[in-house]
Amino acid sequence: MTGNGPGVSFDTPVKVCVRDLTVHYGDTKALDRVTLDIPANRVTALIGPSGCGKSTFLRCLNRMNDRVPGARIHGLVAMDGDDLYATHVDPVLLRRRVGMVFQKSNPFPKTIFDNVAFGPRVHGLRDAVRLREIVELSLQRAALWEEVVDRLDGSALELSGGQQQRLCIARALAVQPEVLLMDEPASALDPIATAKIEELIHELKLSYTIVIVTHNMQQAARVSDYTAYFYLGRLIEFGPTDRLFTAPTRPETEDYITGRFG
Amino acid sequence: MSSLHTDRAYENQLGQLRNSLLEMGGLVEDQIAQATRALTERDEILARATVDRDHAVNRLDVEIDDLCIKLLALHQPAARDLRLITTALKITTDLERIGDLATSIAERAIELAADLPIKPYIDIPRMAEVARDMVHRSLDAFVGENVELALSVCASDDAIDRLHEQLFRELLSFMVENPQTISRAMRLLFVSKSLERVGDHATNIAEMVIFMVKGRSIRHLDAVPRELD
Repeated sequence: MTGNGPGVSFDTPVKVCVRDLTVHYGDTKALDRVTLDIPANRVTALIGPSGCGKSTFLRCLNRMNDRVPGARIHGLVAMDGDDLYATHVDPVLLRRRVGMVFQKSNPFPKTIFDNVAFGPRVHGLRDAVRLREIVELSLQRAALWEEVVDRLDGSALELSGGQQQRLCIARALAVQPEVLLMDEPASALDPIATAKIEELIHELKLSYTIVIVTHNMQQAARVSDYTAYFYLGRLIEFGPTDRLFTAPTRPETEDYITGRFG
Repeated sequence: MSSLHTDRAYENQLGQLRNSLLEMGGLVEDQIAQATRALTERDEILARATVDRDHAVNRLDVEIDDLCIKLLALHQPAARDLRLITTALKITTDLERIGDLATSIAERAIELAADLPIKPYIDIPRMAEVARDMVHRSLDAFVGENVELALSVCASDDAIDRLHEQLFRELLSFMVENPQTISRAMRLLFVSKSLERVGDHATNIAEMVIFMVKGRSIRHLDAVPRELD
């Protein structure tokens, strides 16, 4: 591997460039000088045991950690060359470019339509025709349109768990982000709903750069193009997923993905 | 081998897989030695016993395949474990073929038992010993994850090829000089070819061991690398 860190080297264009990222929560160091290039229009999976820093890393990409009391962030995170932590950057506008989907689906207690239209409305869109277009397109991209077309005015809370999660993905897509962050998006879903989300991820990477945190290593192996293994706040290994799961270069990675742990 | 799996049952099954392969390897080594001995000592009873024992090799082949498929389905192995299991699947195929070759030698031994040998058997026992030793070392390399030993097996393949070539020329001269030796010489040639094929299968095993340890393939290269980084 060439480049200047464990996470730099591939031939793919880079969407998000991370250099020497260190995060402290109070006295605890959650991330330790992580350097990683996130490839554009690819799925990058972050794996590692609980507390390894993968979620912290994910949340640095849209400045979700800004709101954590006592959090201190050092290093560079740049998207298309723009420093995300520069003083003039508005985190709210940033989160429009970098959407996020969480482990537990969290639809608003509103109609399906209003859930998806929420983001565009917050950003000032009032044109009803345009809103309707965005809602339809977002639901289609989230592979939910066919299932809800007849009940857009029904409550989002009446959808099944898997549908709710796809609704949250549609909601994230409605503001036309460039990057989509997913934190354990399928861990609360049954295998069929999980398969739908994974299928969706394959579709979405054509248009978006996706970063997914997952505890399910088979899921990381199935959906991602690149995998980063974190341990104790450090990036141990980063590489093409097929190589990392067949012949990892670091013994720590080998031990983790083969279940030799602790 | 570094640390153990958190899942003990899985660890045990992988251990069982290694042991079964070793058992199968030991068995085919014996088969080669016995078939060759049956030939040189014109011992038809031993030859028939060797033919009969091939079913034990076949049974292990099926058992190991079943175990591998079960491990793949139930544990979704990755990295080193995945390479171990896929390597085991391929090694059993090679070992099973070696078993068949030993059977073929034993069958020639039965056919030749009634006739006087056309010459003292010198090269065939030597080839058989080289072939058996290659199988032995390839399996030692497998168990010990020993790349250097595996490379030494690949290097031995030339020696057995040369012995086969030499025997071929010698048997040809017998047949040219005295057509009455043709049927016996042809059978010995089959034996020599079988032993040469055993060497090829042992080399396949050794190459798979290198893949298993290093995670990269050296098969189908023009020349076997002397060492790997």
